[in-house]
Amino acid sequence: MSDNNSNPKSRRDFLKIGSLIGIGAVAAGAAGYAGFAAQDGKEGHGGEAESALSDSEKKIKVLTEDGQLAEIKASELSPVQKDQYTSALQEQGREGIPGKHWVMVIDLARCRNVRACMASCQNAHHLREEQHHINVLRMQESEHTEPYFMPKPCFHCDNPPCTKVCPVDATFKRQDGIVLIDNERCIGCRFCIAACPYSARVFNWFEPKNHEEDEDLLYNVELNVPQKKGTISKCLFSADRLREGKLPYCVSACPNGVYYFGDLNEDAVTNGTSGETTRFSELIRKNAGYTLLPELGTKPNVYYLPPKNRMFPFEYNGKTTLEDEHHV
Amino acid sequence: MSESLSKEQAKKLVDKYAEDAIRPMKNHKGFLPWMGFLGLVMVVFGYAYYIQLTEGLGVTAMRDYVSWGLYISNFVFFVAVSLVGMLVSAVLGLAGQKWVKPITRVSEIIALGFVMVAGLVIITDMGRPDRFLNLFLHGRLQSPIVWDVTVITTYVAISTLLFILPLIPDLAFIKKKMKDMPVWQYQLYNILSLGWIGTPEQYKILHKSIRMLSIIIIPVAMAIHTVTSWLFASTLRIGWDTTVFGPYFVAGAFVAGTAAVIIVMYILRSNYKLQDYFTDHHFDMMGRLLVLVSLLYAYFNINEFLVPAYKMKTGEAVHLHTLFQGAYAGLFWVVQIIGMGLPIFFMIFKHWRKPNNLTFIAVIVLIGAFLKRIIIVVPTLLHPHLPIQNVPDEFHKYMPTWIEVAVTAGAFAMALMIITILLKIFPVIPMWELAEEKGITEEFEKYD
Ligand code: SF4
Ligand code: SF4
Repeated sequence: MSDNNSNPKSRRDFLKIGSLIGIGAVAAGAAGYAGFAAQDGKEGHGGEAESALSDSEKKIKVLTEDGQLAEIKASELSPVQKDQYTSALQEQGREGIPGKHWVMVIDLARCRNVRACMASCQNAHHLREEQHHINVLRMQESEHTEPYFMPKPCFHCDNPPCTKVCPVDATFKRQDGIVLIDNERCIGCRFCIAACPYSARVFNWFEPKNHEEDEDLLYNVELNVPQKKGTISKCLFSADRLREGKLPYCVSACPNGVYYFGDLNEDAVTNGTSGETTRFSELIRKNAGYTLLPELGTKPNVYYLPPKNRMFPFEYNGKTTLEDEHHV
Repeated sequence: MSESLSKEQAKKLVDKYAEDAIRPMKNHKGFLPWMGFLGLVMVVFGYAYYIQLTEGLGVTAMRDYVSWGLYISNFVFFVAVSLVGMLVSAVLGLAGQKWVKPITRVSEIIALGFVMVAGLVIITDMGRPDRFLNLFLHGRLQSPIVWDVTVITTYVAISTLLFILPLIPDLAFIKKKMKDMPVWQYQLYNILSLGWIGTPEQYKILHKSIRMLSIIIIPVAMAIHTVTSWLFASTLRIGWDTTVFGPYFVAGAFVAGTAAVIIVMYILRSNYKLQDYFTDHHFDMMGRLLVLVSLLYAYFNINEFLVPAYKMKTGEAVHLHTLFQGAYAGLFWVVQIIGMGLPIFFMIFKHWRKPNNLTFIAVIVLIGAFLKRIIIVVPTLLHPHLPIQNVPDEFHKYMPTWIEVAVTAGAFAMALMIITILLKIFPVIPMWELAEEKGITEEFEKYD
């Protein structure tokens, strides 16, 4: 998508699209703006500082295709077809961000079941209360071992059983490793739910939460909003945030520094709470990081650091042990 | 041609065939109430399905963990029953089992009815049936669902041919014989009988084509149920992640299908006085067949449950515990003992292979076969690799809602309707084949 500079027309088209996505993001769901894009030739540049900002001279922040933030005059916006953009968003969403291989590290020693991650995720993706893209589980390996909390997102497997079985390519893996869903194509067969060994997927059994308010929103495959009845949803590694150069919702929401997120190709992950960036390989090596159920051959892109030297003791519903709970 | 039968005897025999074959098609007593009843069930089905369409699949008891339930079980069951067409007309036919002749058409009709509805049943499970065409617009060869769609369509096509081709001489015959039929029916027979005049040349072609189709249908039928089993076996779930599923499903299908044929034979025999075609001997033989396929199925069951039970791997242990003594134990043992073990034992005795007794057993076996599909689908989903937590209570169990029951009943009504209509329009007795067996083909063709 970004290597077609030789063709000025298509570059302009993509700038338009970039602008539009920016508007969608900045206006934060204000559907009224979502049908406009910059006029020919003037897009993407902030222009000189004009003093009196009349209505027509008002500037609007937009995000260009390569993730740059820019300003344009509100008067230079012109209406465009909605479905044109939906498909452009789809195309961009299927492509992914070149050169990246996203990876997440979850430090189990720090999790105390605050569930800020779950809340921010459900909020961002317009999920019902019982729908979890990320779910903090109570785990215990065996009778005499200590229980611990384990946040579980989708693992964005490198050998994903879920995408293999999809009959219509509605769930797919893109070049930066993220496994996404196209809920405009999903036929709701739920084969992918059956195939995912980590129970990472949820289904819209009813009309989704907010379906009335969301009706006019452009469908962004990287956010999977609006959710649609009769289709699948799951963790997307916050692909929309990554495109803006930000950390995923859950990662930035955690107050306890549980999450690291970054690019495997750069061997660097950033802690969502402290903002510190570390070498991924070193973090894994020093802490004996591991992946879940590696024997299944799914090759997850989410790593766990074992719950050693815990920051918080295990406590759930006033109890420090796990009884009557089904565990692995 | 007839050496053993005199001309007169031959004519009498053809007379009898004609009368017996036409009787079920003409006798309207009971037909309308029966169709009315099925229609009523279909109306309830329509209402239930409408609610499901407007409110979403949430009106079922399925949720994020048990995300497949009764609907998928129905699908597996319908595909299973439809396999009997291949078993009876192809396998037994090619093996030279002459006694199956009168039963072939019944089994083809059952096969057609069930496989057609299987295709529809799967749509009731879709969250977005409005996007059905995506399967063709965006179909991906990697997905077992696409294989399933392909082989089922093929099976419907070949089964239809295998049903229609052997009808040709009979339809040409009835066209002459049944003078008072409506015009559309006459037209239909006229078209389907393809200008049949019964020359030896035509007979040769017919035999050859039927034989060819019988051979082709065997791998296709194996494929539809093997691929159906792969919907489960291709996942990494405890209880499904096994290599025995293909043959296990095929063997189970033979059991269900044989039982279904016995039941329909019984209904035809007692309603339309066809005991000369579905004789005690036929029931006896079908009983033996049911014992044989049930034993085969039992063998796969032993492999499927005993070997994992011997090892008791952590995950398997949870699953097997549910089946052997947990939440699904009642259903499991009923299905295994009453639905499989005891029937095998009883059917060993000739007394239990008499029509009434055998039909009784067949009904139990068929119900067992249906419940078995639920046992295959649901308990596995209740025990994923990772614990089910932070979700409402209803996510931890599965008990079908009335909507699911109504949709299921509708599917059965639909299959029974197709079968009833086929039995109404087409002669269930393969007259020409019986005539051929008696060596009176000539009389059959010249008859008027
Ligand atoms: S965790 Fe499940 S949903 Fe996510 S990529 Fe792996 S198999 Fe697919
Ligand atoms: S439910 Fe949707 S995403 Fe999942 S396998 Fe079926 S069509 Fe694909």
